[in-house]
Amino acid sequence: MADTITIEVFRYRPEDGAEPVYDTFDVPLRQEWRVLDALNHVKDEVDGSLTFRWSCRMGVCGSCGMMVNGVPKLTCSAFLRDFAPGPIRIDPLDGFPVERDLVTVLDDFMGKLSAVTPWMVHKDERSVEQGEYRQSPAELAQFKQYSMCINCTLCYAACPVYTHEDDFLGPAVLALAQRYNLDSRDDGNEQRYPLIWSDSGIWDCTFVGECSVVCPKHVDPSAAIQQAKVQSAQSFFASFLPFGKR
Amino acid sequence: MRYSSEPIFWVLFSAGGVVTAFLLPVLIVMTGFVLPADEVTFTHLDDVFGNVLVRLVIFATVSLSFMHWANRFRHTLNDMGMAKSLFPLVSVLSYIAAGAGTVWAAVVVLN
Repeated sequence: MADTITIEVFRYRPEDGAEPVYDTFDVPLRQEWRVLDALNHVKDEVDGSLTFRWSCRMGVCGSCGMMVNGVPKLTCSAFLRDFAPGPIRIDPLDGFPVERDLVTVLDDFMGKLSAVTPWMVHKDERSVEQGEYRQSPAELAQFKQYSMCINCTLCYAACPVYTHEDDFLGPAVLALAQRYNLDSRDDGNEQRYPLIWSDSGIWDCTFVGECSVVCPKHVDPSAAIQQAKVQSAQSFFASFLPFGKR
Repeated sequence: MRYSSEPIFWVLFSAGGVVTAFLLPVLIVMTGFVLPADEVTFTHLDDVFGNVLVRLVIFATVSLSFMHWANRFRHTLNDMGMAKSLFPLVSVLSYIAAGAGTVWAAVVVLN
């Protein structure tokens, strides 16, 4: 194995008013180094102005997502050796505006996330004396997979719909909405349905499925959306029946 | 609650996906390979197709396959970056084509 590997890093410095360029760096090709280690090496040893997000280095915080050779990946989980002999091209995640270098603007995602009420809603709040909201293992299994989402937005970068439909809520937001809708302790379905069952919710999804392919936590947002489509279609057709609600 | 009209198209798309995956290959094998290879006689197959239920199944298979295509075709063009303004026109044309295919299937199969 060679001693070094070349990385080509997307650089955008808005204060210069210049077009984005790629800077090339040769970094040590160590057996245990991930792409994130290479970026940190550049920042510490070569160019301190290189800007990117990272935190936990172990696939939990979801902040170091970038396009690595055109594929959305957590850079803390992408080993340099898997891309040898290189070069490795590193871009900010597709589908988002770029703030600087490899940092994307997450305002759109955060706004859509809070819009679907991704938290527990209770009709009757239990007091501490009444005890916890109990749930069976079978009820937990209904939604547990969807609760593993770390909001890394890799699924957004992989989704062809999100890049051209401004209003589309996107895979992670819909999976999280489904996570709460399927939770037996939650009473918030009715307030989530109007948005997630709208044209900019599940019905914008064309079931490309790339969201589930790139998810580092195996959440399968595309399955969540298909489940919600079945529920929404049932409710839609039931609304035409005499006893259906509209 | 105000519903999207998309479930109508999605249900046709889904039903079409199921029949395309399960029944269309059988029809293709029967009419395209088994029959030309003289594994069954034309008279036998003609008798089977004479049954009204069989004809209804074939009609449903062909027409739902067209409906599946229409939805997939318009969305694929959209995903591939077609100008957004063209989407309504492409949708209408896709479903006109699928509708024409359905009428054609009805005329041929149910006649």
